[in-house]
Amino acid sequence: MSPLLIAAVDPGGAKSEFNPILPTNYDLLWSTVVFVIIALLFMRYLLPKFQKVLDERAQLIEGGISKAEHAQAEAAAALEEYTAQLREARTEAAKIREHARQEAAQIVADGREKAIHDAERIAETSVKQIEAERQQAVVSLRAEIGSLATELASRIVGESLADDARQQRLIDGFLEELESSVKERS
Amino acid sequence: MLNLAATVLTAVDDGNAEGASQNFFQWLFGTSGFHPPSVKDFNPEALLFGGTILEFNRITFVRVVAAVVMIGIFWLGARRAKVVPGRGQAALELVLDFVRVQIAEEVMGAERARKYVPFLTTLFIAIVFFNITSVVPLLNIPGTSLIGLPIVMALWVYVMYLGAGVRKLGLGGFLKSSLFPPGVPWPIYLLLAPIEAIQVFVLRPATLALRLAANMIAGHLLLVLTFAASHYFLLEATGALKAVGAVSLTAGLAFTLFEIFVALLQAYIFTILAAAYINLAVEEEH
Repeated sequence: MSPLLIAAVDPGGAKSEFNPILPTNYDLLWSTVVFVIIALLFMRYLLPKFQKVLDERAQLIEGGISKAEHAQAEAAAALEEYTAQLREARTEAAKIREHARQEAAQIVADGREKAIHDAERIAETSVKQIEAERQQAVVSLRAEIGSLATELASRIVGESLADDARQQRLIDGFLEELESSVKERS
Repeated sequence: MLNLAATVLTAVDDGNAEGASQNFFQWLFGTSGFHPPSVKDFNPEALLFGGTILEFNRITFVRVVAAVVMIGIFWLGARRAKVVPGRGQAALELVLDFVRVQIAEEVMGAERARKYVPFLTTLFIAIVFFNITSVVPLLNIPGTSLIGLPIVMALWVYVMYLGAGVRKLGLGGFLKSSLFPPGVPWPIYLLLAPIEAIQVFVLRPATLALRLAANMIAGHLLLVLTFAASHYFLLEATGALKAVGAVSLTAGLAFTLFEIFVALLQAYIFTILAAAYINLAVEEEH
Protein backbone atom coordinates (compact mmCIF):
# COMPACT_ATOMS: atom_id res chain seq x y z
CA MET A 1 0.00 0.00 0.00
CA SER A 2 1.28 3.42 -0.86
CA PRO A 3 1.52 6.07 1.86
CA LEU A 4 -1.35 7.92 0.26
CA LEU A 5 -3.67 4.93 0.57
CA ILE A 6 -2.65 4.43 4.17
CA ALA A 7 -3.47 8.06 4.75
CA ALA A 8 -6.87 7.48 3.24
CA VAL A 9 -7.78 4.65 5.59
CA ASP A 10 -5.91 5.70 8.75
CA PRO A 11 -7.94 6.81 11.81
CA GLY A 12 -7.71 10.44 10.74
CA GLY A 13 -9.54 9.57 7.54
CA ALA A 14 -11.94 7.07 9.07
CA LYS A 15 -14.89 9.21 8.10
CA SER A 16 -14.21 8.62 4.41
CA GLU A 17 -15.29 5.00 4.99
CA PHE A 18 -18.87 5.85 5.92
CA ASN A 19 -20.42 2.98 4.07
CA PRO A 20 -18.76 0.63 1.61
CA ILE A 21 -21.63 0.96 -0.87
CA LEU A 22 -21.13 4.73 -1.21
CA PRO A 23 -18.39 6.49 -3.13
CA THR A 24 -15.92 8.66 -1.25
CA ASN A 25 -17.55 11.68 0.35
CA TYR A 26 -15.89 14.34 -1.85
CA ASP A 27 -16.79 12.36 -4.95
CA LEU A 28 -20.44 12.07 -3.92
CA LEU A 29 -20.76 15.68 -2.71
CA TRP A 30 -19.26 17.46 -5.69
CA SER A 31 -20.53 15.15 -8.37
CA THR A 32 -24.01 15.77 -6.94
CA VAL A 33 -23.46 19.52 -7.14
CA VAL A 34 -22.25 19.24 -10.72
CA PHE A 35 -24.99 16.76 -11.62
CA VAL A 36 -27.70 19.07 -10.27
CA ILE A 37 -26.29 21.99 -12.28
CA ILE A 38 -26.17 19.93 -15.45
CA ALA A 39 -29.59 18.42 -14.84
CA LEU A 40 -31.10 21.88 -14.31
CA LEU A 41 -29.51 23.20 -17.50
CA PHE A 42 -30.76 20.19 -19.41
CA MET A 43 -34.27 20.29 -18.05
CA ARG A 44 -34.59 24.08 -18.30
CA TYR A 45 -33.08 24.68 -21.73
CA LEU A 46 -32.22 21.63 -23.77
CA LEU A 47 -34.93 19.08 -23.14
CA PRO A 48 -37.89 21.44 -23.79
CA LYS A 49 -36.61 22.05 -27.32
CA PHE A 50 -36.05 18.36 -27.82
CA GLN A 51 -39.48 17.55 -26.46
CA LYS A 52 -41.02 20.17 -28.71
CA VAL A 53 -39.50 18.48 -31.72
CA LEU A 54 -40.65 15.07 -30.52
CA ASP A 55 -44.16 16.38 -29.83
CA GLU A 56 -44.29 18.00 -33.24
CA ARG A 57 -43.23 14.75 -34.83
CA ALA A 58 -45.87 12.83 -32.91
CA GLN A 59 -48.46 15.38 -33.99
CA LEU A 60 -47.27 15.20 -37.56
CA ILE A 61 -47.56 11.42 -37.63
CA GLU A 62 -50.87 11.50 -35.83
CA GLY A 63 -52.12 14.22 -38.20
CA GLY A 64 -51.02 12.16 -41.21
CA ILE A 65 -52.70 9.04 -39.91
CA SER A 66 -55.92 10.84 -39.02
CA LYS A 67 -55.92 12.54 -42.41
CA ALA A 68 -55.52 9.20 -44.12
CA GLU A 69 -58.27 7.73 -41.96
CA HIS A 70 -60.49 10.68 -42.80
CA ALA A 71 -59.83 10.24 -46.51
CA GLN A 72 -60.53 6.54 -46.23
CA ALA A 73 -63.77 7.18 -44.39
CA GLU A 74 -64.76 9.72 -47.02
CA ALA A 75 -64.01 7.26 -49.82
CA ALA A 76 -66.01 4.57 -48.05
CA ALA A 77 -68.93 6.98 -47.64
CA ALA A 78 -68.78 7.96 -51.31
CA LEU A 79 -68.69 4.31 -52.34
CA GLU A 80 -71.65 3.62 -50.09
CA GLU A 81 -73.52 6.52 -51.65
CA TYR A 82 -72.74 5.42 -55.18
CA THR A 83 -73.76 1.88 -54.41
CA ALA A 84 -77.02 3.14 -52.95
CA GLN A 85 -77.65 5.34 -55.96
CA LEU A 86 -76.90 2.48 -58.31
CA ARG A 87 -79.23 0.21 -56.41
CA GLU A 88 -81.94 2.87 -56.53
CA ALA A 89 -81.42 3.37 -60.26
CA ARG A 90 -81.67 -0.37 -60.86
CA THR A 91 -84.87 -0.56 -58.84
CA GLU A 92 -86.30 2.35 -60.77
CA ALA A 93 -85.31 0.84 -64.10
CA ALA A 94 -86.96 -2.43 -63.13
CA LYS A 95 -90.05 -0.52 -62.10
CA ILE A 96 -90.12 1.37 -65.40
CA ARG A 97 -89.68 -1.87 -67.36
CA GLU A 98 -92.48 -3.49 -65.41
CA HIS A 99 -94.69 -0.50 -66.01
CA ALA A 100 -93.91 -0.51 -69.72
CA ARG A 101 -94.70 -4.18 -69.94
CA GLN A 102 -98.03 -3.66 -68.22
CA GLU A 103 -98.81 -0.74 -70.51
CA ALA A 104 -97.93 -2.75 -73.55
CA ALA A 105 -100.16 -5.56 -72.40
CA GLN A 106 -102.89 -3.02 -71.78
CA ILE A 107 -102.43 -1.56 -75.23
CA VAL A 108 -102.52 -4.99 -76.83
CA ALA A 109 -105.64 -5.89 -74.87
CA ASP A 110 -107.29 -2.60 -75.79
CA GLY A 111 -106.35 -3.06 -79.44
CA ARG A 112 -107.72 -6.53 -79.43
CA GLU A 113 -110.98 -5.43 -77.87
CA LYS A 114 -111.31 -2.57 -80.31
CA ALA A 115 -110.59 -4.87 -83.25
CA ILE A 116 -113.21 -7.31 -82.03
CA HIS A 117 -115.64 -4.48 -81.56
CA ASP A 118 -114.89 -3.09 -85.01
CA ALA A 119 -115.24 -6.49 -86.57
CA GLU A 120 -118.55 -6.97 -84.86
CA ARG A 121 -119.68 -3.57 -85.97
CA ILE A 122 -118.55 -4.19 -89.54
CA ALA A 123 -120.25 -7.55 -89.55
CA GLU A 124 -123.44 -6.05 -88.19
CA THR A 125 -123.40 -3.27 -90.78
CA SER A 126 -122.81 -5.81 -93.53
CA VAL A 127 -125.66 -7.92 -92.30
CA LYS A 128 -127.94 -4.90 -92.29
CA GLN A 129 -126.78 -3.80 -95.71
CA ILE A 130 -127.22 -7.25 -97.06
CA GLU A 131 -130.63 -7.35 -95.53
CA ALA A 132 -131.51 -3.99 -97.05
CA GLU A 133 -130.25 -5.03 -100.46
CA ARG A 134 -132.08 -8.28 -100.22
CA GLN A 135 -135.20 -6.37 -99.29
CA GLN A 136 -134.68 -4.08 -102.24
CA ALA A 137 -134.04 -7.03 -104.52
CA VAL A 138 -137.12 -8.74 -103.24
CA VAL A 139 -139.15 -5.60 -103.90
CA SER A 140 -137.74 -5.07 -107.38
CA LEU A 141 -138.00 -8.76 -108.16
CA ARG A 142 -141.58 -8.79 -107.01
CA ALA A 143 -142.35 -5.90 -109.35
CA GLU A 144 -140.45 -7.41 -112.25
CA ILE A 145 -141.73 -10.95 -111.77
CA GLY A 146 -145.25 -9.56 -111.38
CA SER A 147 -145.16 -7.68 -114.70
CA LEU A 148 -143.49 -10.59 -116.47
CA ALA A 149 -145.93 -13.11 -115.12
CA THR A 150 -148.89 -10.84 -115.91
CA GLU A 151 -147.68 -10.36 -119.45
CA LEU A 152 -147.12 -14.08 -119.79
CA ALA A 153 -150.47 -14.96 -118.36
CA SER A 154 -152.29 -12.44 -120.51
CA ARG A 155 -150.62 -13.83 -123.55
CA ILE A 156 -151.56 -17.36 -122.51
CA VAL A 157 -155.10 -16.42 -121.48
CA GLY A 158 -155.42 -13.95 -124.37
CA GLU A 159 -157.13 -11.59 -122.13
CA SER A 160 -155.65 -8.37 -120.91
CA LEU A 161 -155.54 -7.96 -117.28
CA ALA A 162 -155.84 -4.27 -117.60
CA ASP A 163 -157.25 -3.61 -114.20
CA ASP A 164 -154.10 -2.74 -112.23
CA ALA A 165 -155.53 -3.15 -108.77
CA ARG A 166 -156.87 -6.52 -109.47
CA GLN A 167 -153.71 -7.52 -111.19
CA GLN A 168 -151.58 -6.49 -108.22
CA ARG A 169 -153.75 -8.40 -105.80
CA LEU A 170 -153.41 -11.48 -107.97
CA ILE A 171 -149.61 -11.20 -108.13
CA ASP A 172 -149.21 -10.64 -104.38
CA GLY A 173 -151.33 -13.66 -103.67
CA PHE A 174 -149.25 -15.75 -106.00
CA LEU A 175 -145.96 -14.55 -104.59
CA GLU A 176 -147.02 -15.20 -100.98
CA GLU A 177 -148.06 -18.63 -101.98
CA LEU A 178 -144.70 -19.07 -103.65
CA GLU A 179 -142.81 -17.74 -100.62
CA SER A 180 -144.57 -19.96 -98.20
CA SER A 181 -143.93 -22.97 -100.40
CA VAL A 182 -140.21 -22.03 -100.55
CA LYS A 183 -140.12 -21.65 -96.72
CA GLU A 184 -141.75 -25.06 -96.33
CA ARG A 185 -139.26 -26.60 -98.61
CA SER A 186 -136.31 -25.08 -96.84
CA MET B 1 -28.91 -9.45 -1.44
CA LEU B 2 -30.29 -9.24 2.11
CA ASN B 3 -26.81 -8.83 3.48
CA LEU B 4 -26.25 -6.10 0.97
CA ALA B 5 -29.42 -4.27 1.94
CA ALA B 6 -28.38 -4.59 5.56
CA THR B 7 -25.03 -3.04 4.72
CA VAL B 8 -26.74 -0.17 2.94
CA LEU B 9 -29.08 0.38 5.84
CA THR B 10 -26.48 0.17 8.65
CA ALA B 11 -26.00 3.91 8.52
CA VAL B 12 -29.71 4.50 9.03
CA ASP B 13 -29.99 1.84 11.74
CA ASP B 14 -27.30 3.50 13.83
CA GLY B 15 -29.37 5.30 16.46
CA ASN B 16 -32.37 7.38 15.46
CA ALA B 17 -32.99 8.70 11.96
CA GLU B 18 -31.97 12.24 12.86
CA GLY B 19 -28.70 11.04 14.21
CA ALA B 20 -28.17 8.96 11.08
CA SER B 21 -28.76 11.87 8.74
CA GLN B 22 -26.53 13.99 10.94
CA ASN B 23 -23.90 11.27 10.68
CA PHE B 24 -24.35 11.24 6.92
CA PHE B 25 -23.87 14.98 6.52
CA GLN B 26 -20.97 14.94 8.95
CA TRP B 27 -19.42 12.34 6.75
CA LEU B 28 -20.40 14.10 3.52
CA PHE B 29 -18.82 17.39 4.50
CA GLY B 30 -16.06 15.83 6.61
CA THR B 31 -12.53 16.76 5.71
CA SER B 32 -9.29 15.01 6.45
CA GLY B 33 -6.78 16.53 4.13
CA PHE B 34 -6.48 16.17 0.40
CA HIS B 35 -7.16 12.69 -0.98
CA PRO B 36 -6.14 12.34 -4.60
CA PRO B 37 -7.97 9.62 -6.49
CA SER B 38 -6.17 6.31 -6.74
CA VAL B 39 -6.49 2.91 -8.35
CA LYS B 40 -7.96 1.73 -5.07
CA ASP B 41 -11.21 3.22 -6.35
CA PHE B 42 -11.30 0.40 -8.84
CA ASN B 43 -10.69 -2.26 -6.23
CA PRO B 44 -13.22 -1.42 -3.54
CA GLU B 45 -13.71 -3.64 -0.52
CA ALA B 46 -15.96 -6.62 -0.96
CA LEU B 47 -19.55 -6.42 0.16
CA LEU B 48 -20.28 -10.13 -0.29
CA PHE B 49 -18.26 -13.27 -0.93
CA GLY B 50 -14.99 -11.42 -0.45
CA GLY B 51 -11.97 -13.20 -1.86
CA THR B 52 -14.01 -15.62 -3.99
CA ILE B 53 -14.76 -15.43 -7.68
CA LEU B 54 -18.26 -14.29 -6.75
CA GLU B 55 -16.98 -11.23 -4.89
CA PHE B 56 -19.59 -8.50 -4.93
CA ASN B 57 -18.37 -4.95 -4.43
CA ARG B 58 -19.36 -1.35 -5.25
CA ILE B 59 -18.56 -1.63 -8.93
CA THR B 60 -20.48 -4.88 -9.34
CA PHE B 61 -23.34 -3.23 -7.49
CA VAL B 62 -23.19 -0.24 -9.84
CA ARG B 63 -23.33 -2.62 -12.81
CA VAL B 64 -26.42 -4.31 -11.39
CA VAL B 65 -28.09 -0.92 -10.92
CA ALA B 66 -27.19 0.15 -14.46
CA ALA B 67 -28.47 -3.12 -15.91
CA VAL B 68 -31.74 -2.94 -13.97
CA VAL B 69 -32.35 0.66 -15.04
CA MET B 70 -31.48 -0.14 -18.66
CA ILE B 71 -33.76 -3.15 -18.83
CA GLY B 72 -36.49 -1.24 -17.00
CA ILE B 73 -36.42 1.68 -19.41
CA PHE B 74 -36.47 -0.46 -22.52
CA TRP B 75 -39.01 -2.87 -21.08
CA LEU B 76 -41.37 0.00 -20.32
CA GLY B 77 -40.65 1.53 -23.72
CA ALA B 78 -41.37 -1.72 -25.55
CA ARG B 79 -44.49 -2.41 -23.52
CA ARG B 80 -46.01 0.95 -24.36
CA ALA B 81 -44.83 0.98 -27.98
CA LYS B 82 -47.38 2.50 -30.35
CA VAL B 83 -47.40 3.44 -34.03
CA VAL B 84 -47.54 7.09 -33.12
CA PRO B 85 -44.68 7.46 -30.65
CA GLY B 86 -44.95 9.58 -27.53
CA ARG B 87 -41.98 11.50 -26.19
CA GLY B 88 -40.34 8.57 -24.42
CA GLN B 89 -40.77 6.17 -27.29
CA ALA B 90 -39.54 8.74 -29.81
CA ALA B 91 -36.40 9.25 -27.73
CA LEU B 92 -35.80 5.50 -27.54
CA GLU B 93 -36.43 5.17 -31.27
CA LEU B 94 -33.92 7.93 -31.86
CA VAL B 95 -31.27 5.82 -30.08
CA LEU B 96 -32.25 2.61 -31.88
CA ASP B 97 -32.29 4.39 -35.25
CA PHE B 98 -28.90 5.90 -34.52
CA VAL B 99 -27.32 2.46 -34.03
CA ARG B 100 -29.16 0.98 -37.00
CA VAL B 101 -28.50 3.79 -39.49
CA GLN B 102 -25.34 5.52 -38.30
CA ILE B 103 -23.43 2.43 -37.20
CA ALA B 104 -24.72 -0.83 -38.64
CA GLU B 105 -25.93 0.28 -42.07
CA GLU B 106 -23.15 2.83 -42.45
CA VAL B 107 -20.46 0.19 -41.96
CA MET B 108 -22.02 -2.99 -43.34
CA GLY B 109 -24.66 -1.83 -45.78
CA ALA B 110 -28.37 -2.22 -45.15
CA GLU B 111 -28.58 -5.79 -46.47
CA ARG B 112 -25.84 -7.32 -44.33
CA ALA B 113 -26.49 -5.10 -41.32
CA ARG B 114 -30.01 -6.37 -40.67
CA LYS B 115 -28.73 -9.59 -39.13
CA TYR B 116 -26.39 -7.81 -36.73
CA VAL B 117 -28.50 -4.79 -35.74
CA PRO B 118 -29.86 -6.43 -32.56
CA PHE B 119 -26.37 -7.43 -31.45
CA LEU B 120 -24.88 -3.99 -32.14
CA THR B 121 -27.81 -2.19 -30.54
CA THR B 122 -27.50 -4.25 -27.38
CA LEU B 123 -23.79 -3.63 -27.29
CA PHE B 124 -24.13 0.12 -27.76
CA ILE B 125 -26.89 0.64 -25.22
CA ALA B 126 -25.26 -1.60 -22.62
CA ILE B 127 -21.94 0.23 -22.91
CA VAL B 128 -23.66 3.62 -22.69
CA PHE B 129 -25.46 2.60 -19.52
CA PHE B 130 -22.39 1.05 -17.90
CA ASN B 131 -20.30 4.11 -18.82
CA ILE B 132 -22.77 6.78 -17.78
CA THR B 133 -22.80 5.62 -14.14
CA SER B 134 -19.53 7.53 -13.99
CA VAL B 135 -21.38 10.83 -13.59
CA VAL B 136 -24.44 9.65 -11.65
CA PRO B 137 -24.26 10.72 -8.00
CA LEU B 138 -24.14 7.82 -5.51
CA LEU B 139 -22.90 5.47 -8.22
CA ASN B 140 -19.97 7.65 -9.23
CA ILE B 141 -17.99 5.00 -11.04
CA PRO B 142 -18.33 3.58 -14.52
CA GLY B 143 -19.33 -0.07 -14.57
CA THR B 144 -16.84 -0.50 -17.41
CA SER B 145 -13.90 0.91 -15.44
CA LEU B 146 -13.07 -2.54 -14.11
CA ILE B 147 -11.57 -4.45 -17.04
CA GLY B 148 -13.76 -7.53 -16.53
CA LEU B 149 -16.86 -6.14 -18.21
CA PRO B 150 -14.99 -4.70 -21.22
CA ILE B 151 -13.25 -8.08 -21.63
CA VAL B 152 -16.55 -9.91 -21.62
CA MET B 153 -17.93 -7.51 -24.22
CA ALA B 154 -14.80 -7.71 -26.35
CA LEU B 155 -14.97 -11.52 -26.20
CA TRP B 156 -18.58 -11.38 -27.31
CA VAL B 157 -17.52 -9.30 -30.34
CA TYR B 158 -14.57 -11.69 -30.89
CA VAL B 159 -16.84 -14.74 -30.97
CA MET B 160 -19.32 -12.90 -33.18
CA TYR B 161 -16.84 -11.90 -35.84
CA LEU B 162 -14.92 -15.18 -35.84
CA GLY B 163 -18.22 -17.05 -35.99
CA ALA B 164 -19.53 -14.84 -38.77
CA GLY B 165 -16.34 -15.26 -40.80
CA VAL B 166 -16.16 -19.05 -40.42
CA ARG B 167 -19.84 -19.48 -41.14
CA LYS B 168 -19.61 -17.37 -44.28
CA LEU B 169 -16.28 -18.54 -45.74
CA GLY B 170 -15.56 -21.81 -43.94
CA LEU B 171 -12.59 -22.19 -41.61
CA GLY B 172 -10.03 -22.38 -44.42
CA GLY B 173 -11.57 -19.58 -46.41
CA PHE B 174 -11.76 -17.35 -43.37
CA LEU B 175 -8.12 -17.96 -42.44
CA LYS B 176 -7.03 -17.43 -46.03
CA SER B 177 -8.92 -14.18 -46.45
CA SER B 178 -7.81 -12.90 -43.02
CA LEU B 179 -4.17 -13.94 -42.99
CA PHE B 180 -3.30 -13.80 -46.68
CA PRO B 181 -4.81 -10.63 -48.08
CA PRO B 182 -4.52 -10.73 -51.87
CA GLY B 183 -2.47 -8.32 -53.92
CA VAL B 184 0.99 -8.77 -52.45
CA PRO B 185 3.88 -10.87 -53.77
CA TRP B 186 4.06 -14.19 -51.91
CA PRO B 187 7.31 -13.71 -49.93
CA ILE B 188 5.67 -10.80 -48.14
CA TYR B 189 3.25 -13.31 -46.59
CA LEU B 190 6.10 -14.53 -44.39
CA LEU B 191 5.86 -11.16 -42.68
CA LEU B 192 2.25 -10.30 -43.30
CA ALA B 193 0.55 -13.51 -42.18
CA PRO B 194 1.89 -13.45 -38.58
CA ILE B 195 1.06 -9.75 -38.27
CA GLU B 196 -2.46 -10.33 -39.54
CA ALA B 197 -2.83 -13.32 -37.22
CA ILE B 198 -1.85 -11.26 -34.18
CA GLN B 199 -4.12 -8.50 -35.42
CA VAL B 200 -7.17 -10.70 -35.92
CA PHE B 201 -6.79 -13.07 -32.99
CA VAL B 202 -5.22 -10.91 -30.30
CA LEU B 203 -5.05 -7.21 -30.96
CA ARG B 204 -8.61 -6.56 -32.05
CA PRO B 205 -10.35 -7.92 -28.95
CA ALA B 206 -7.55 -6.73 -26.64
CA THR B 207 -7.66 -3.15 -27.93
CA LEU B 208 -11.44 -3.11 -27.75
CA ALA B 209 -11.40 -4.02 -24.06
CA LEU B 210 -8.40 -1.87 -23.14
CA ARG B 211 -9.57 1.24 -24.98
CA LEU B 212 -12.92 1.19 -23.23
CA ALA B 213 -11.59 0.40 -19.75
CA ALA B 214 -8.66 2.85 -20.00
CA ASN B 215 -10.92 5.68 -21.15
CA MET B 216 -13.37 5.13 -18.35
CA ILE B 217 -10.64 4.73 -15.73
CA ALA B 218 -8.95 7.94 -16.86
CA GLY B 219 -12.26 9.78 -16.98
CA HIS B 220 -13.15 8.66 -13.48
CA LEU B 221 -9.72 9.64 -12.09
CA LEU B 222 -9.97 13.05 -13.73
CA LEU B 223 -13.45 13.67 -12.33
CA VAL B 224 -12.55 12.52 -8.84
CA LEU B 225 -9.41 14.64 -8.94
CA THR B 226 -11.43 17.79 -9.61
CA PHE B 227 -13.96 16.83 -6.95
CA ALA B 228 -11.28 16.02 -4.37
CA ALA B 229 -9.58 19.34 -5.10
CA SER B 230 -12.88 21.18 -4.80
CA HIS B 231 -13.59 19.45 -1.51
CA TYR B 232 -10.21 20.38 -0.13
CA PHE B 233 -10.12 23.96 -1.37
CA LEU B 234 -13.71 24.87 -0.61
CA LEU B 235 -14.12 23.19 2.76
CA GLU B 236 -10.64 22.96 4.21
CA ALA B 237 -8.39 25.60 2.73
CA THR B 238 -8.57 29.18 3.94
CA GLY B 239 -8.41 32.58 2.35
CA ALA B 240 -7.55 33.00 -1.27
CA LEU B 241 -7.14 29.26 -1.76
CA LYS B 242 -10.92 28.89 -1.55
CA ALA B 243 -11.06 30.69 -4.90
CA VAL B 244 -9.06 27.86 -6.40
CA GLY B 245 -11.93 25.61 -5.37
CA ALA B 246 -14.23 27.56 -7.69
CA VAL B 247 -11.83 26.89 -10.51
CA SER B 248 -11.59 23.19 -9.75
CA LEU B 249 -15.36 22.90 -9.41
CA THR B 250 -15.81 24.58 -12.78
CA ALA B 251 -13.29 22.10 -14.13
CA GLY B 252 -15.40 19.36 -12.50
CA LEU B 253 -18.46 20.65 -14.35
CA ALA B 254 -16.58 20.73 -17.63
CA PHE B 255 -15.10 17.27 -17.11
CA THR B 256 -18.51 15.87 -16.18
CA LEU B 257 -19.87 17.10 -19.51
CA PHE B 258 -16.75 15.73 -21.17
CA GLU B 259 -17.21 12.41 -19.36
CA ILE B 260 -20.78 12.18 -20.70
CA PHE B 261 -19.41 12.81 -24.15
CA VAL B 262 -16.67 10.20 -23.68
CA ALA B 263 -19.19 7.68 -22.36
CA LEU B 264 -21.22 8.05 -25.57
CA LEU B 265 -18.17 8.27 -27.79
CA GLN B 266 -16.59 5.10 -26.38
CA ALA B 267 -19.84 3.21 -26.82
CA TYR B 268 -19.98 4.49 -30.41
CA ILE B 269 -16.35 3.53 -31.10
CA PHE B 270 -16.74 0.08 -29.54
CA THR B 271 -19.87 -0.60 -31.55
CA ILE B 272 -18.62 0.77 -34.85
CA LEU B 273 -15.41 -1.28 -34.50
CA ALA B 274 -17.46 -4.38 -33.71
CA ALA B 275 -19.45 -3.73 -36.89
CA ALA B 276 -16.26 -3.16 -38.87
CA TYR B 277 -14.64 -6.38 -37.57
CA ILE B 278 -17.70 -8.42 -38.47
CA ASN B 279 -17.78 -6.78 -41.87
CA LEU B 280 -14.08 -7.55 -42.47
CA ALA B 281 -14.59 -11.16 -41.40
CA VAL B 282 -17.46 -11.85 -43.80
CA GLU B 283 -15.94 -10.05 -46.77
CA GLU B 284 -14.31 -12.25 -49.41
CA GLU B 285 -11.54 -9.80 -50.15
CA HIS B 286 -10.43 -6.63 -48.53
